[in-house]
Amino acid sequence: MSARVGVVLFPGSNCEQDVIEAVTGLGGEACLLWHGDRSVGDVDAVVVPGGFAHGDYLRPGAIARFSPVMAAVAKFAGDGGPVVGICNGFQVLTEAGLLPGALQKNRGLKFLCQTVELRVESTNSVLTCEATKGAVLRVPINHFEGNYTCSKETLAELRADDRVVLRYVDNPNGTMDDIAGICNEGRNVVGLMPHPERACNDLLGSSDGTTLVRSLLVSAGVTSLPA
Amino acid sequence: MKFAVVVEVQLREGVADPQGATIERSLPHLGFDGVSEVRVGKCIRFVIDATDEAAAQHEAEDMCARFLTNPVIEDAVVRVEALVS
Repeated sequence: MSARVGVVLFPGSNCEQDVIEAVTGLGGEACLLWHGDRSVGDVDAVVVPGGFAHGDYLRPGAIARFSPVMAAVAKFAGDGGPVVGICNGFQVLTEAGLLPGALQKNRGLKFLCQTVELRVESTNSVLTCEATKGAVLRVPINHFEGNYTCSKETLAELRADDRVVLRYVDNPNGTMDDIAGICNEGRNVVGLMPHPERACNDLLGSSDGTTLVRSLLVSAGVTSLPA
Repeated sequence: MKFAVVVEVQLREGVADPQGATIERSLPHLGFDGVSEVRVGKCIRFVIDATDEAAAQHEAEDMCARFLTNPVIEDAVVRVEALVS
């Protein structure tokens, strides 16, 4: 069985085609979901991609969270559907309250665009279920506001419940506890700053991201994937 | 009645402020000594129609809670002033 991944398109998104390419390259199906639609249709998973939704005006994700499609995404997530927010998508999911915490400006006040190493901390999430715990993946980051922060209580909860799914090997942006990606309590909503969809082909410098995209497809119900 | 509203958005106490820290480190190089606790925020101004000052204040605070600030990392101070027409 194949799986259909809906990729949300806001005015200002710019990674949606990369996600579609990564998903279809691994044998999945993908379609765009316009931010003004009130439904996610018949998709098996949703990706909120990177970019600058609504120009990042006010704060990244602050306006995007009120786009009509987000109520449908929240409903889909509430019903247990796999939802992944990448980079700006992670910011949108925190603003929407689907994930805890917030993303602040990088500690060094520089826009970071580089390939980093990520360690898989938990394989119990829709984005890491096919990965190996402790594996190190080379995946690019591309952000100015990627410095994850939350209250001490929230951090304690994330740690106790094994909800930090990815950590940076070498913290690039000041993020709390080296956090690169987290999941919600249901483990079906994941947000991460790095871009696995841009690391799905050796021509792009790394294909380590395929492990994560493959995990999403498996979570979305794919039963057979090309090796 | 019309009221002028100024919303001052600041990072909450304890939240790291890399911009403030950079400014604070720069000031002594320009000869400004003795400056501490620099914090960078933003200011949002607008005019609102409301029945009275309390209503205007309440409306602006509701905006802050739902949209203008991210309560995880930001606080806001709201100032309201009646406009003379």
